[in-house]
Amino acid sequence: MSKPDQLVNGKGTEFGKLGSFDTHIYDTEEPENYVSEIPPDNLASDSEEDSPKASPPRSRFGPSKEFLEEAAEAEIEEDEDPFKDTRRKSIVERENEYQSKARSRGVLSRDILRVEDSYVSQMKSRLEEEKGTTIYEKQGKMEENHNKGQLSSCSNVSSSSVGLKRQRWDEDGTISIENSKAANSLSVSRWDQTPLDIPSGGQRRSRWDQTPDVAALSGLKDQKTPLWTPSIQGMETPRLYDPAMTPEVYNQVRWQKEMEERNRPFSNEELDELLPKEGYEILQPPPNYIPIRTPARKLVSTPTSDSASGYRIPNESVVQKTSIGAAPKTPEELEGVMIKPEDYEYFSKIFSGEDESELPLEEQKERRIMTLLLKIKNGTPPIRKSALRMITERAREFGPGPLFNQILPLLMSPTLEDQERHLLVKVIDRVLFKLDDAVRPYVHKILVVIEPLLIDEDYYARVEGREIISNLAKAAGLATMIATMRPDIDNPDEYVRNTTSRAFAVVASALGIPALLPFLRAVCRSRKSWQARHTGMKIVQQIAILMGCAVLPHLRSLVEIIEDGLLDEQTKIRTICALAIGALAEASSPYGIEAFDSVLKPLWKGIRQHKGKTLAAFLKAIGFIIPLMDAEYASYYTKEVMPVIIREFQSPDDEMKKIVLKVVKQCIACDGVEASYVKTEIIPEFFRCFWVRRMALDRRNYRQLVDSTVEIAKKVGAAEVIIRLIDDLKDESEPYRRMVMETIENIVNAMGTSEIDLKLEERLVDGLLYAFQEQTGVDDGTVILSGMGTIINALGLRAKSYLPQIAGIIKWRLNNKSAKVRQQAADLIFHIAPVMKKCREESLLSHLGLVLFEYLGEEYPDVLGSILGGLIGIVNVIGMENMNPPISELLPRLTPILKNRHEKVQENCIDLVGRIADRGAQYVSSREWMRICFELLELLKAPKKAIRRATVNTFGYIAKAIGPQDVLATLLNNLKVQERQQRVCTTVAIAIVAETCGPFTVIPALMNEYRTPELNVQNGVLKSMSFLFEYVGEMGKDYVYAVTPLLVDALIDRDLVHRQTASTTVGHIALGVAGLGCEDAVTHLLNHVWPNIFETSPHVINAVMFAIQGCQVCLGPGLILYYSLQGLFHPARKVREVYWKIYNNLYIYAQDSLTAFYPRIEIDSDQKGNYCRPELDLVL
Amino acid sequence: MATHPQQNLYSQLEHLQTKYVGTGHPDISRHDWCTNMARDSIATYLGHRSLLTLFATVEGESNGRIRYHLLEKLHSPYGQSEEPVLSKKERLTQW
Repeated sequence: MSKPDQLVNGKGTEFGKLGSFDTHIYDTEEPENYVSEIPPDNLASDSEEDSPKASPPRSRFGPSKEFLEEAAEAEIEEDEDPFKDTRRKSIVERENEYQSKARSRGVLSRDILRVEDSYVSQMKSRLEEEKGTTIYEKQGKMEENHNKGQLSSCSNVSSSSVGLKRQRWDEDGTISIENSKAANSLSVSRWDQTPLDIPSGGQRRSRWDQTPDVAALSGLKDQKTPLWTPSIQGMETPRLYDPAMTPEVYNQVRWQKEMEERNRPFSNEELDELLPKEGYEILQPPPNYIPIRTPARKLVSTPTSDSASGYRIPNESVVQKTSIGAAPKTPEELEGVMIKPEDYEYFSKIFSGEDESELPLEEQKERRIMTLLLKIKNGTPPIRKSALRMITERAREFGPGPLFNQILPLLMSPTLEDQERHLLVKVIDRVLFKLDDAVRPYVHKILVVIEPLLIDEDYYARVEGREIISNLAKAAGLATMIATMRPDIDNPDEYVRNTTSRAFAVVASALGIPALLPFLRAVCRSRKSWQARHTGMKIVQQIAILMGCAVLPHLRSLVEIIEDGLLDEQTKIRTICALAIGALAEASSPYGIEAFDSVLKPLWKGIRQHKGKTLAAFLKAIGFIIPLMDAEYASYYTKEVMPVIIREFQSPDDEMKKIVLKVVKQCIACDGVEASYVKTEIIPEFFRCFWVRRMALDRRNYRQLVDSTVEIAKKVGAAEVIIRLIDDLKDESEPYRRMVMETIENIVNAMGTSEIDLKLEERLVDGLLYAFQEQTGVDDGTVILSGMGTIINALGLRAKSYLPQIAGIIKWRLNNKSAKVRQQAADLIFHIAPVMKKCREESLLSHLGLVLFEYLGEEYPDVLGSILGGLIGIVNVIGMENMNPPISELLPRLTPILKNRHEKVQENCIDLVGRIADRGAQYVSSREWMRICFELLELLKAPKKAIRRATVNTFGYIAKAIGPQDVLATLLNNLKVQERQQRVCTTVAIAIVAETCGPFTVIPALMNEYRTPELNVQNGVLKSMSFLFEYVGEMGKDYVYAVTPLLVDALIDRDLVHRQTASTTVGHIALGVAGLGCEDAVTHLLNHVWPNIFETSPHVINAVMFAIQGCQVCLGPGLILYYSLQGLFHPARKVREVYWKIYNNLYIYAQDSLTAFYPRIEIDSDQKGNYCRPELDLVL
Repeated sequence: MATHPQQNLYSQLEHLQTKYVGTGHPDISRHDWCTNMARDSIATYLGHRSLLTLFATVEGESNGRIRYHLLEKLHSPYGQSEEPVLSKKERLTQW
């Protein structure tokens, strides 16, 4: 706009005139009316209405409003749990929004489950209604009707089944045969219609997907259990269940209560006790006194339970009691079970304190179950175990109704923790096994609770969920499972469909894919709702993921079922269908290409038509199918798909990038794709689009890119790819350099360095050194380090010319100020020591050894550990005798380092000392070795197992070097220490000394030590013997007779542990000397072991059973059989139980050889009781 | 022997044992036990060819016939028991 124009419009200002700026802000009124003061309260200034025209009178003093508000906020914050971050989260807190839908899904309030109680009665009434009319009669009637030409709408499933042409998934075979006889049809098959919520008994249309009418089906002889669950409405989207209280609120209330309980005011009685009687007077409070209450605290102390679902009258007296802090009386039976406050509500009935014996039977049962569940949920392991056993054993007696009414709501509880859920799931598992087909009415309820486990983030929860559903499927049968889950298949809620499809996949794996195929076919071709088709395909996908190569036999039918989905009009269907095909191809790899013939065309056509997510899914499927093809086809189809792939290289979508990279990898790996094609068509675009810094930032992209590039290198040669990457080693972005380094490392690992010529080699080493020196050590630096090590090692002799330079860099960096740099330098020595040896750079090596030796005073433990590691590397290649510094100087320097408590230092140091003791012990005086022995005892305390193991082995080497006597004396003394772990390690060390120096050097001293009247020492001796005989094996035969009296003494000791350890020793002895002629001694020992079979402590009985099993190997099964025959039919049950356990064990291990030893039972001469086995009496 | 790999095995021994056919339990009847023993014996005879040959030689029959007889006998060596037969599941619930 030109200047004159502005003036004309009146928006500019003419020279010498009043301006009219910003008229949209300032009204044209006079400036006197403007507010001339700023209000003191800046909060108020925000709203125009409040802004006063004049300054308000200061009516109040004291802190301003903001201060008060801030203080109030601070007060609220004080109540927050300071340990919130460290506390273990309950399942609810861990769940994401999607997973938490499970809770809104299942209403499992007890009232609703009650409906199921009347299941049997409902069934009965239905049966009565239909009394006298079997299914066959009905069909007869139908036929009559039909003959009369009445084509009326049918009112139940059986009649619908008559009308339809096809055999359908939900029919029993018998019906369909009958059907074909009565082959008159309704013209339209409506098998894919969604069920409506017509109340049962109302007029219904015939549909395949309706749950079969129980009355109709109950007439069938092989259909024992009805397929019908009482309320169809109940199976669909149930009502909302809101968690009563979040765990934080619970905890807050709990702590609040505890604090109030502790800080409660003194009562008059307490004050009377505390204060002296005389000299005090009790004053009345002034009449106008009102106690101060903190409002914030008041708010919290009112339980907000159930605020979401409306007010509920608190349950009996219990809740009130808990809310004032006093825990209700715990029944005697629950002594020792920790009870959380929220449990009082769930289990309120058992805390009511009523006398159980007066209650009706049903309620008694209910309370019994509650008690058991509470014990299982919160009890200590022994309590839990016995309760679990009890609930399993009595599952049938309790019945499914009462059991699941208690368990399922508990499982949906918002305060549930992982451990509790695991235990409850375990209960369901056990109970399912016992109840078997009685669970049928509860299948849906159980599924609603268990299905969310299938998408839990915890792996074990998923496995548990699968296990339960598979057991459920086996118990309830396919028909029930399908009937129950059918309505969820086209549920509008994606969450429900997702979990249902996973559950179906589990059912398929439990009952076999073929059983499910007809159903899947029907679902995937559903006309009515795309959701059903979607779920059907998702089931197929999940089956493939879950079952892997087990889909192969059914591959063709599975592909057939879903193939139409590729041309579906719904995008979602096309996508899921492609994904399912991809999953099938992945699962069946490398077989089964024939099955995919029919989908090749739509897939390859599809990639030219679709874009976005669908295209990604199609490409994914193609990527999995191509590797199944033979070379020729793979080449053809790769060339077909490549233009699209290359086009998509540029896609900004991360998901697409990953898929494209993966497909490139899969295509290139095929035989039929030639290197020249890859070189000319793929590589240029590939490097241009993907080898950019941005790709190094996302972890998954990074991984995929490295893999794909390595795959390309395998096809076109290492040099071709490395030459493109080499300059990027000097890139300025460190993550990018790391990615380059890792790729080159993987390529060199896979293909070696033979393709790399001299020029490239120089550039490579140059790049390596640059990357190595430039690393800032933000991460742990392992990528660069291991890459450097791998590449230098792969270069082998060719690395010789670079070694002095590298050594120079290392030396320089060992001097660096930064600890990280020193550590990396020392680590690099460990990695390249073998190459230096190979290149005959011994002088350089020993020079580096000296340098490292000088740095042993290093104070950073991480660096010290690496320096020790470097020394290990050098000692390993250079040998003990050529080591510089000489071993005699090195080892005394290491002795004090053994005291270092740092794990890495300990591990490397003990490793080095152990090596020296093993191979170069002669360079060090025996006094120095003894000194080290004492230091080693300390190392037995180390928390890391590798350190303890290395220590124990080192004892063996030292004992070998300087003779066992002194070492043994040290170790035997160490048996007296208090700490168990140390004693255990000492016993192992003693056994190892015995193994290396011969048992005869150790056993006498050991037996002598047994005379010490001290429990720990004697047990230690026995344990040493146990390990000793385990290690020496058949060498033990010379010592059996010597140790027998000692073992006999231990076996008749009062102390359980004596007998336990002695039993284990007997087991090892017996196994060692089997077949070596020591049967008399072993029999003698067995005679002393045998009375211990009635021990109940698990460790002892395990040891005793182990001893008996060992003796069985040594003495033959016949002898043990005769020992056990005496108790198999003992009048006392407890005795029989133990003896049968022994017998069964024997039987499983030696079934065949027992035949010769079975007793003759021919007491009764009459025919019934004569159990003779005449064959073995035959003599030639 | 805390480190012994079989430790866990022993604690579940009873459960494991019930998985195998031919194992016994405290409430087994004489008939069942004897039937198990007889079946095991026959299985052994059938499995060891030399034993089969011995029987055949003594009885003066062909190997095949002896084998056939033993196979026939395998199903119910001593006929059916008069006691009510409890399935494994019922047995478990009885406990």
